[in-house]
Amino acid sequence: MEHVPTPSQTAGPYLHIGLTNTHSVTQIAAADVPGERVRLKCRVLDVEGAPLNDAMIEIWQADANGNYKHPDDLRAPETNSRFFGFGRAGTDENGACEFETIRPGKVPGPGNSSQASHLNVAIFARGILLQLHTRIYFAGDPANDTDPVLALVPADRRDTLMALPDPKQPSSWLFDIHLRGDQETVFFDV
Amino acid sequence: MSKVANERSVIHPYHRHPAGSQPPRVYEPYRSTPARNPSKPLIFLPHTLSEVTGPVYGHDPIAETDNDLTRQHAAAPLGERIIVTGRVLDDDGRPVSNTLIEIWQANAAGRYQHQRDQHPAPLDPNFGGAGRTLTDDNGNYRFVTIKPGAYPWFNHYNAWRPAHIHFSVFGRAFLSRLITQMYFPGDPLFAHDPVYQSVSDEKARQRMIAKFDLEATQPQWALGFRYDIVLRGPEATPFE
Repeated sequence: MEHVPTPSQTAGPYLHIGLTNTHSVTQIAAADVPGERVRLKCRVLDVEGAPLNDAMIEIWQADANGNYKHPDDLRAPETNSRFFGFGRAGTDENGACEFETIRPGKVPGPGNSSQASHLNVAIFARGILLQLHTRIYFAGDPANDTDPVLALVPADRRDTLMALPDPKQPSSWLFDIHLRGDQETVFFDV
Repeated sequence: MSKVANERSVIHPYHRHPAGSQPPRVYEPYRSTPARNPSKPLIFLPHTLSEVTGPVYGHDPIAETDNDLTRQHAAAPLGERIIVTGRVLDDDGRPVSNTLIEIWQANAAGRYQHQRDQHPAPLDPNFGGAGRTLTDDNGNYRFVTIKPGAYPWFNHYNAWRPAHIHFSVFGRAFLSRLITQMYFPGDPLFAHDPVYQSVSDEKARQRMIAKFDLEATQPQWALGFRYDIVLRGPEATPFE
Protein backbone atom coordinates (compact mmCIF):
# COMPACT_ATOMS: atom_id res chain seq x y z
CA MET A 1 0.00 0.00 0.00
CA GLU A 2 1.48 3.32 -1.02
CA HIS A 3 -1.62 5.44 -0.39
CA VAL A 4 -3.99 5.59 2.56
CA PRO A 5 -7.72 5.50 1.77
CA THR A 6 -9.70 8.73 2.03
CA PRO A 7 -11.63 8.92 5.32
CA SER A 8 -15.34 8.21 5.22
CA GLN A 9 -17.77 10.89 6.44
CA THR A 10 -21.48 10.73 7.15
CA ALA A 11 -23.85 10.89 4.17
CA GLY A 12 -25.87 13.31 6.30
CA PRO A 13 -29.63 13.96 6.38
CA TYR A 14 -29.90 15.15 2.78
CA LEU A 15 -28.38 12.17 0.98
CA HIS A 16 -31.59 11.91 -1.08
CA ILE A 17 -30.51 14.86 -3.22
CA GLY A 18 -27.57 13.01 -4.67
CA LEU A 19 -28.44 9.37 -4.25
CA THR A 20 -32.09 8.36 -4.00
CA ASN A 21 -34.36 11.12 -5.35
CA THR A 22 -33.68 10.16 -8.93
CA HIS A 23 -31.42 7.12 -8.62
CA SER A 24 -33.10 4.67 -6.29
CA VAL A 25 -33.07 1.06 -7.42
CA THR A 26 -35.88 -0.76 -5.65
CA GLN A 27 -36.44 -3.31 -8.40
CA ILE A 28 -33.23 -5.29 -8.23
CA ALA A 29 -34.57 -7.99 -10.55
CA ALA A 30 -36.97 -7.24 -13.41
CA ALA A 31 -40.00 -9.50 -13.73
CA ASP A 32 -38.41 -11.72 -16.38
CA VAL A 33 -35.22 -12.48 -14.45
CA PRO A 34 -35.13 -16.19 -13.60
CA GLY A 35 -35.42 -17.11 -9.95
CA GLU A 36 -37.72 -17.25 -6.97
CA ARG A 37 -39.40 -13.83 -6.64
CA VAL A 38 -38.83 -12.15 -3.29
CA ARG A 39 -40.20 -8.93 -1.84
CA LEU A 40 -37.87 -7.70 0.87
CA LYS A 41 -39.26 -5.32 3.49
CA CYS A 42 -36.48 -3.72 5.50
CA ARG A 43 -36.58 -1.36 8.46
CA VAL A 44 -33.76 0.58 10.15
CA LEU A 45 -34.14 1.29 13.88
CA ASP A 46 -32.01 3.08 16.45
CA VAL A 47 -31.12 2.18 20.05
CA GLU A 48 -34.62 3.09 21.25
CA GLY A 49 -36.28 1.11 18.47
CA ALA A 50 -37.19 4.41 16.81
CA PRO A 51 -37.29 4.31 13.00
CA LEU A 52 -34.68 6.21 11.01
CA ASN A 53 -36.43 8.29 8.37
CA ASP A 54 -33.16 9.44 6.79
CA ALA A 55 -31.16 6.26 6.21
CA MET A 56 -30.19 4.62 2.94
CA ILE A 57 -29.81 0.88 2.38
CA GLU A 58 -27.68 -0.49 -0.44
CA ILE A 59 -27.79 -4.12 -1.51
CA TRP A 60 -25.45 -6.25 -3.56
CA GLN A 61 -26.43 -9.78 -4.45
CA ALA A 62 -25.79 -12.74 -6.73
CA ASP A 63 -28.28 -14.09 -9.25
CA ALA A 64 -30.35 -17.23 -8.76
CA ASN A 65 -27.36 -19.38 -9.71
CA GLY A 66 -25.08 -17.66 -7.22
CA ASN A 67 -23.16 -15.67 -9.82
CA TYR A 68 -22.20 -12.03 -9.36
CA LYS A 69 -22.24 -9.70 -12.33
CA HIS A 70 -18.62 -8.66 -11.91
CA PRO A 71 -15.40 -9.14 -13.89
CA ASP A 72 -13.77 -11.01 -10.99
CA ASP A 73 -16.51 -13.63 -10.91
CA LEU A 74 -15.11 -15.79 -13.68
CA ARG A 75 -17.58 -18.61 -13.44
CA ALA A 76 -20.48 -17.30 -15.46
CA PRO A 77 -19.81 -14.41 -17.82
CA GLU A 78 -23.11 -15.25 -19.48
CA THR A 79 -25.07 -14.19 -16.37
CA ASN A 80 -28.47 -12.86 -17.35
CA SER A 81 -27.72 -9.39 -18.65
CA ARG A 82 -30.93 -7.93 -17.24
CA PHE A 83 -29.75 -8.73 -13.74
CA PHE A 84 -27.21 -6.37 -12.20
CA GLY A 85 -27.63 -7.23 -8.51
CA PHE A 86 -27.52 -3.72 -7.05
CA GLY A 87 -30.30 -2.04 -5.14
CA ARG A 88 -30.68 1.05 -3.04
CA ALA A 89 -33.44 2.97 -1.33
CA GLY A 90 -33.98 5.63 1.28
CA THR A 91 -36.06 4.79 4.35
CA ASP A 92 -39.46 6.42 4.90
CA GLU A 93 -41.13 7.82 8.05
CA ASN A 94 -41.44 4.25 9.38
CA GLY A 95 -37.78 3.54 8.80
CA ALA A 96 -38.86 1.22 6.00
CA CYS A 97 -37.97 0.49 2.40
CA GLU A 98 -38.77 -2.37 0.05
CA PHE A 99 -36.92 -4.21 -2.67
CA GLU A 100 -38.24 -6.48 -5.40
CA THR A 101 -35.72 -9.12 -6.30
CA ILE A 102 -34.99 -12.81 -6.68
CA ARG A 103 -33.55 -15.11 -4.08
CA PRO A 104 -29.80 -15.40 -4.73
CA GLY A 105 -28.22 -18.81 -5.20
CA LYS A 106 -25.41 -20.29 -3.16
CA VAL A 107 -22.09 -18.49 -3.54
CA PRO A 108 -18.68 -20.17 -3.15
CA GLY A 109 -17.01 -19.63 0.22
CA PRO A 110 -13.46 -20.25 1.43
CA GLY A 111 -11.95 -23.59 0.40
CA ASN A 112 -14.66 -25.96 -0.73
CA SER A 113 -17.35 -24.36 1.37
CA SER A 114 -20.53 -22.87 0.05
CA GLN A 115 -22.33 -19.80 1.36
CA ALA A 116 -26.07 -19.97 1.91
CA SER A 117 -28.36 -17.65 -0.01
CA HIS A 118 -27.65 -14.11 1.23
CA LEU A 119 -27.72 -10.44 0.28
CA ASN A 120 -24.93 -8.05 1.21
CA VAL A 121 -26.13 -4.86 2.87
CA ALA A 122 -24.57 -1.47 3.56
CA ILE A 123 -26.30 1.18 5.68
CA PHE A 124 -25.66 4.92 5.41
CA ALA A 125 -27.27 7.73 7.43
CA ARG A 126 -26.85 10.89 9.45
CA GLY A 127 -24.95 9.78 12.56
CA ILE A 128 -23.16 6.99 10.69
CA LEU A 129 -19.64 8.15 9.89
CA LEU A 130 -18.58 4.92 8.18
CA GLN A 131 -21.14 2.63 6.54
CA LEU A 132 -22.30 -0.45 8.43
CA HIS A 133 -22.11 -3.81 6.67
CA THR A 134 -24.43 -6.69 7.40
CA ARG A 135 -26.02 -9.61 5.53
CA ILE A 136 -29.54 -10.86 5.00
CA TYR A 137 -30.04 -14.64 5.13
CA PHE A 138 -33.37 -16.47 4.84
CA ALA A 139 -34.74 -18.08 8.00
CA GLY A 140 -35.31 -21.81 7.67
CA ASP A 141 -32.80 -22.33 4.85
CA PRO A 142 -31.04 -25.63 5.65
CA ALA A 143 -27.86 -24.25 4.03
CA ASN A 144 -27.57 -21.73 6.87
CA ASP A 145 -26.34 -24.55 9.11
CA THR A 146 -23.14 -24.94 7.11
CA ASP A 147 -22.61 -21.32 6.04
CA PRO A 148 -18.98 -20.33 6.76
CA VAL A 149 -19.85 -16.72 7.60
CA LEU A 150 -22.72 -17.53 9.95
CA ALA A 151 -20.31 -19.92 11.64
CA LEU A 152 -18.24 -16.88 12.68
CA VAL A 153 -21.24 -15.35 14.47
CA PRO A 154 -22.08 -16.36 18.05
CA ALA A 155 -25.04 -18.76 17.86
CA ASP A 156 -27.28 -16.56 20.00
CA ARG A 157 -26.88 -13.63 17.59
CA ARG A 158 -27.40 -15.40 14.25
CA ASP A 159 -31.12 -14.68 14.34
CA THR A 160 -30.38 -11.00 13.79
CA LEU A 161 -29.19 -11.87 10.26
CA MET A 162 -32.34 -13.78 9.30
CA ALA A 163 -35.13 -12.34 7.18
CA LEU A 164 -38.45 -13.78 8.36
CA PRO A 165 -41.38 -14.72 6.13
CA ASP A 166 -44.08 -12.04 6.25
CA PRO A 167 -47.17 -13.84 7.63
CA LYS A 168 -49.40 -11.33 5.82
CA GLN A 169 -47.99 -11.63 2.32
CA PRO A 170 -46.63 -14.66 0.45
CA SER A 171 -43.11 -14.38 -1.01
CA SER A 172 -42.41 -11.40 1.24
CA TRP A 173 -39.69 -11.31 3.85
CA LEU A 174 -39.12 -8.96 6.76
CA PHE A 175 -35.71 -7.78 7.89
CA ASP A 176 -35.26 -5.31 10.74
CA ILE A 177 -31.88 -3.70 11.25
CA HIS A 178 -31.32 -2.68 14.87
CA LEU A 179 -28.33 -0.38 14.86
CA ARG A 180 -27.85 -0.75 18.62
CA GLY A 181 -29.50 -2.12 21.72
CA ASP A 182 -30.78 -5.45 23.08
CA GLN A 183 -31.68 -6.73 19.62
CA GLU A 184 -28.61 -5.24 17.96
CA THR A 185 -28.00 -6.65 14.48
CA VAL A 186 -24.67 -8.31 13.78
CA PHE A 187 -22.43 -6.04 11.73
CA PHE A 188 -19.29 -7.17 9.97
CA ASP A 189 -15.80 -5.76 9.90
CA VAL A 190 -15.08 -6.11 6.21
CA MET B 1 -1.32 -11.90 1.39
CA SER B 2 -3.56 -14.64 0.21
CA LYS B 3 -5.65 -15.48 -2.77
CA VAL B 4 -8.23 -18.18 -2.60
CA ALA B 5 -9.46 -20.15 -5.57
CA ASN B 6 -13.20 -20.72 -5.63
CA GLU B 7 -14.09 -22.98 -8.51
CA ARG B 8 -13.20 -20.70 -11.44
CA SER B 9 -13.32 -17.49 -9.43
CA VAL B 10 -10.35 -16.00 -7.73
CA ILE B 11 -10.61 -13.99 -4.56
CA HIS B 12 -8.14 -11.21 -3.93
CA PRO B 13 -8.75 -10.10 -0.36
CA TYR B 14 -8.69 -6.31 0.03
CA HIS B 15 -6.41 -4.29 2.25
CA ARG B 16 -7.95 -3.43 5.60
CA HIS B 17 -8.21 0.21 6.66
CA PRO B 18 -4.96 1.29 8.34
CA ALA B 19 -5.43 2.21 12.00
CA GLY B 20 -6.52 5.83 12.48
CA SER B 21 -7.33 6.42 8.82
CA GLN B 22 -11.10 6.39 9.37
CA PRO B 23 -13.44 7.99 11.92
CA PRO B 24 -14.62 5.88 14.87
CA ARG B 25 -18.23 4.67 14.70
CA VAL B 26 -19.17 6.42 17.92
CA TYR B 27 -17.80 9.94 18.36
CA GLU B 28 -19.57 11.59 21.28
CA PRO B 29 -19.20 15.21 20.11
CA TYR B 30 -21.22 14.25 17.01
CA ARG B 31 -24.31 13.65 19.04
CA SER B 32 -26.32 11.35 16.78
CA THR B 33 -23.57 8.71 16.56
CA PRO B 34 -24.16 6.77 19.84
CA ALA B 35 -27.82 5.87 19.14
CA ARG B 36 -27.10 4.83 15.56
CA ASN B 37 -24.04 2.61 15.86
CA PRO B 38 -23.47 -0.81 17.41
CA SER B 39 -22.14 -1.25 20.93
CA LYS B 40 -21.00 -4.83 20.31
CA PRO B 41 -17.76 -5.51 18.46
CA LEU B 42 -18.08 -6.10 14.73
CA ILE B 43 -17.49 -9.65 13.49
CA PHE B 44 -14.26 -9.86 11.49
CA LEU B 45 -15.14 -11.19 8.04
CA PRO B 46 -12.48 -12.78 5.83
CA HIS B 47 -13.30 -11.62 2.33
CA THR B 48 -15.35 -13.84 0.06
CA LEU B 49 -16.66 -13.36 -3.46
CA SER B 50 -19.56 -11.43 -1.90
CA GLU B 51 -17.29 -8.69 -0.53
CA VAL B 52 -14.79 -8.35 -3.37
CA THR B 53 -17.39 -8.01 -6.10
CA GLY B 54 -19.70 -5.01 -6.41
CA PRO B 55 -21.62 -2.84 -8.81
CA VAL B 56 -18.85 -1.83 -11.18
CA TYR B 57 -20.60 0.48 -13.61
CA GLY B 58 -23.12 3.21 -13.08
CA HIS B 59 -26.58 1.72 -13.04
CA ASP B 60 -28.08 4.59 -14.99
CA PRO B 61 -26.80 6.41 -18.04
CA ILE B 62 -24.98 9.70 -17.46
CA ALA B 63 -26.48 12.76 -19.13
CA GLU B 64 -24.38 15.49 -20.71
CA THR B 65 -24.96 18.11 -17.99
CA ASP B 66 -24.81 15.66 -15.07
CA ASN B 67 -21.28 16.77 -14.19
CA ASP B 68 -22.02 20.49 -14.62
CA LEU B 69 -24.28 21.70 -11.81
CA THR B 70 -24.29 25.20 -13.30
CA ARG B 71 -26.07 24.10 -16.50
CA GLN B 72 -28.93 22.00 -15.19
CA HIS B 73 -31.53 24.77 -15.01
CA ALA B 74 -32.89 27.71 -16.98
CA ALA B 75 -30.13 30.08 -15.89
CA ALA B 76 -26.82 30.00 -14.06
CA PRO B 77 -26.96 29.55 -10.27
CA LEU B 78 -25.74 32.31 -7.96
CA GLY B 79 -22.37 31.84 -6.32
CA GLU B 80 -18.70 31.45 -6.98
CA ARG B 81 -18.28 29.10 -9.98
CA ILE B 82 -15.69 26.38 -9.35
CA ILE B 83 -14.18 23.37 -11.09
CA VAL B 84 -13.55 20.31 -8.93
CA THR B 85 -11.32 17.74 -10.55
CA GLY B 86 -9.09 14.88 -9.53
CA ARG B 87 -8.40 11.18 -9.76
CA VAL B 88 -9.80 8.11 -8.09
CA LEU B 89 -7.00 5.70 -7.19
CA ASP B 90 -6.76 2.55 -5.17
CA ASP B 91 -4.37 2.29 -2.25
CA ASP B 92 -1.64 0.88 -4.49
CA GLY B 93 -1.93 3.92 -6.76
CA ARG B 94 -3.77 2.20 -9.58
CA PRO B 95 -6.42 4.35 -11.28
CA VAL B 96 -10.02 3.30 -10.68
CA SER B 97 -11.58 3.70 -14.12
CA ASN B 98 -15.22 3.89 -15.18
CA THR B 99 -16.47 4.18 -11.65
CA LEU B 100 -19.54 6.18 -10.73
CA ILE B 101 -19.09 9.36 -8.66
CA GLU B 102 -22.16 11.10 -7.28
CA ILE B 103 -22.07 14.46 -5.50
CA TRP B 104 -24.58 16.64 -3.67
CA GLN B 105 -24.26 19.95 -1.89
CA ALA B 106 -25.88 23.10 -0.48
CA ASN B 107 -26.21 26.21 -2.63
CA ALA B 108 -24.03 29.30 -2.26
CA ALA B 109 -26.22 30.55 0.60
CA GLY B 110 -25.80 27.31 2.56
CA ARG B 111 -29.26 25.90 1.80
CA TYR B 112 -30.03 22.43 0.47
CA GLN B 113 -32.79 21.83 -2.05
CA HIS B 114 -34.47 19.51 0.45
CA GLN B 115 -37.80 19.73 2.26
CA ARG B 116 -36.22 19.03 5.64
CA ASP B 117 -33.69 21.84 5.38
CA GLN B 118 -35.34 24.76 7.18
CA HIS B 119 -32.31 27.05 7.37
CA PRO B 120 -33.70 30.53 6.59
CA ALA B 121 -31.34 31.16 3.67
CA PRO B 122 -32.64 31.56 0.13
CA LEU B 123 -33.16 28.64 -2.21
CA ASP B 124 -31.82 29.13 -5.72
CA PRO B 125 -34.26 28.05 -8.46
CA ASN B 126 -31.24 27.50 -10.70
CA PHE B 127 -29.43 25.13 -8.39
CA GLY B 128 -30.48 21.57 -7.55
CA GLY B 129 -27.15 20.56 -6.06
CA ALA B 130 -26.75 17.05 -7.50
CA GLY B 131 -24.19 15.77 -9.98
CA ARG B 132 -22.78 12.50 -11.30
CA THR B 133 -20.04 11.33 -13.60
CA LEU B 134 -17.88 8.32 -14.46
CA THR B 135 -14.12 8.37 -14.11
CA ASP B 136 -12.19 7.97 -17.37
CA ASP B 137 -9.64 5.26 -18.17
CA ASN B 138 -7.05 6.98 -15.96
CA GLY B 139 -9.42 7.51 -13.04
CA ASN B 140 -9.91 11.23 -13.80
CA TYR B 141 -13.15 13.07 -13.12
CA ARG B 142 -14.33 16.68 -13.38
CA PHE B 143 -17.30 18.64 -12.07
CA VAL B 144 -18.32 22.25 -12.57
CA THR B 145 -20.41 23.67 -9.73
CA ILE B 146 -20.60 26.62 -7.34
CA LYS B 147 -18.91 26.85 -3.96
CA PRO B 148 -21.39 25.78 -1.29
CA GLY B 149 -22.01 27.99 1.73
CA ALA B 150 -21.51 27.05 5.38
CA TYR B 151 -24.74 26.33 7.26
CA PRO B 152 -25.96 25.96 10.84
CA TRP B 153 -27.16 22.70 12.40
CA PHE B 154 -28.45 21.61 15.77
CA ASN B 155 -25.64 19.43 17.07
CA HIS B 156 -24.61 21.94 19.74
CA TYR B 157 -24.92 25.64 20.49
CA ASN B 158 -23.88 27.76 17.50
CA ALA B 159 -22.92 24.72 15.42
CA TRP B 160 -21.97 25.41 11.79
CA ARG B 161 -20.79 22.96 9.16
CA PRO B 162 -17.75 24.02 7.14
CA ALA B 163 -18.51 24.30 3.42
CA HIS B 164 -18.41 20.82 1.87
CA ILE B 165 -19.46 18.72 -1.10
CA HIS B 166 -20.71 15.19 -0.43
CA PHE B 167 -18.95 12.57 -2.58
CA SER B 168 -20.15 9.02 -3.20
CA VAL B 169 -17.83 6.60 -5.04
CA PHE B 170 -18.29 2.92 -5.87
CA GLY B 171 -14.95 1.42 -6.89
CA ARG B 172 -14.73 -2.24 -7.90
CA ALA B 173 -15.93 -3.97 -4.76
CA PHE B 174 -18.85 -3.59 -2.38
CA LEU B 175 -16.31 -3.07 0.39
CA SER B 176 -14.51 -0.29 -1.50
CA ARG B 177 -17.69 1.82 -1.47
CA LEU B 178 -16.95 5.28 -0.05
CA ILE B 179 -19.16 8.16 0.96
CA THR B 180 -17.28 11.18 2.21
CA GLN B 181 -17.23 14.98 2.23
CA MET B 182 -14.82 17.23 0.37
CA TYR B 183 -13.82 20.37 2.27
CA PHE B 184 -12.20 23.60 1.11
CA PRO B 185 -8.72 24.70 2.21
CA GLY B 186 -8.33 26.99 5.20
CA ASP B 187 -11.89 26.84 6.50
CA PRO B 188 -12.03 28.46 9.97
CA LEU B 189 -14.88 26.11 10.96
CA PHE B 190 -12.69 22.96 10.91
CA ALA B 191 -11.72 23.48 14.55
CA HIS B 192 -15.38 23.54 15.61
CA ASP B 193 -16.89 20.79 13.46
CA PRO B 194 -17.30 17.35 15.05
CA VAL B 195 -17.85 15.61 11.71
CA TYR B 196 -14.49 16.80 10.42
CA GLN B 197 -12.90 16.35 13.86
CA SER B 198 -14.13 12.74 14.07
CA VAL B 199 -11.07 11.84 12.03
CA SER B 200 -8.43 12.20 14.73
CA ASP B 201 -5.27 11.92 12.64
CA GLU B 202 -4.22 15.26 11.13
CA LYS B 203 -2.72 13.62 8.03
CA ALA B 204 -5.93 11.68 7.47
CA ARG B 205 -7.99 14.87 7.81
CA GLN B 206 -5.90 16.57 5.15
CA ARG B 207 -7.06 13.86 2.72
CA MET B 208 -10.58 15.30 2.92
CA ILE B 209 -9.52 18.81 1.90
CA ALA B 210 -9.32 19.87 -1.75
CA LYS B 211 -6.32 21.89 -2.89
CA PHE B 212 -6.60 25.13 -4.81
CA ASP B 213 -5.13 24.41 -8.23
CA LEU B 214 -4.16 27.22 -10.59
CA GLU B 215 -3.73 24.73 -13.43
CA ALA B 216 -7.28 23.52 -13.04
CA THR B 217 -8.44 27.14 -12.84
CA GLN B 218 -9.98 28.40 -16.06
CA PRO B 219 -9.04 32.03 -16.89
CA GLN B 220 -11.94 34.48 -16.77
CA TRP B 221 -14.27 31.64 -15.81
CA ALA B 222 -13.83 29.51 -12.65
CA LEU B 223 -11.46 28.68 -9.80
CA GLY B 224 -10.10 25.14 -9.86
CA PHE B 225 -9.77 22.72 -6.96
CA ARG B 226 -8.07 19.36 -7.00
CA TYR B 227 -9.43 16.50 -4.95
CA ASP B 228 -8.00 13.01 -5.32
CA ILE B 229 -9.83 10.09 -3.76
CA VAL B 230 -8.18 6.87 -2.58
CA LEU B 231 -10.25 3.69 -2.28
CA ARG B 232 -9.30 0.41 -0.67
CA GLY B 233 -7.67 -1.92 -3.18
CA PRO B 234 -6.94 -5.62 -3.47
CA GLU B 235 -3.82 -7.22 -2.10
CA ALA B 236 -1.32 -7.29 -4.92
CA THR B 237 0.54 -10.54 -4.49
CA PRO B 238 -1.46 -13.61 -5.33
CA PHE B 239 -1.25 -16.87 -3.47
CA GLU B 240 -2.30 -20.20 -4.90
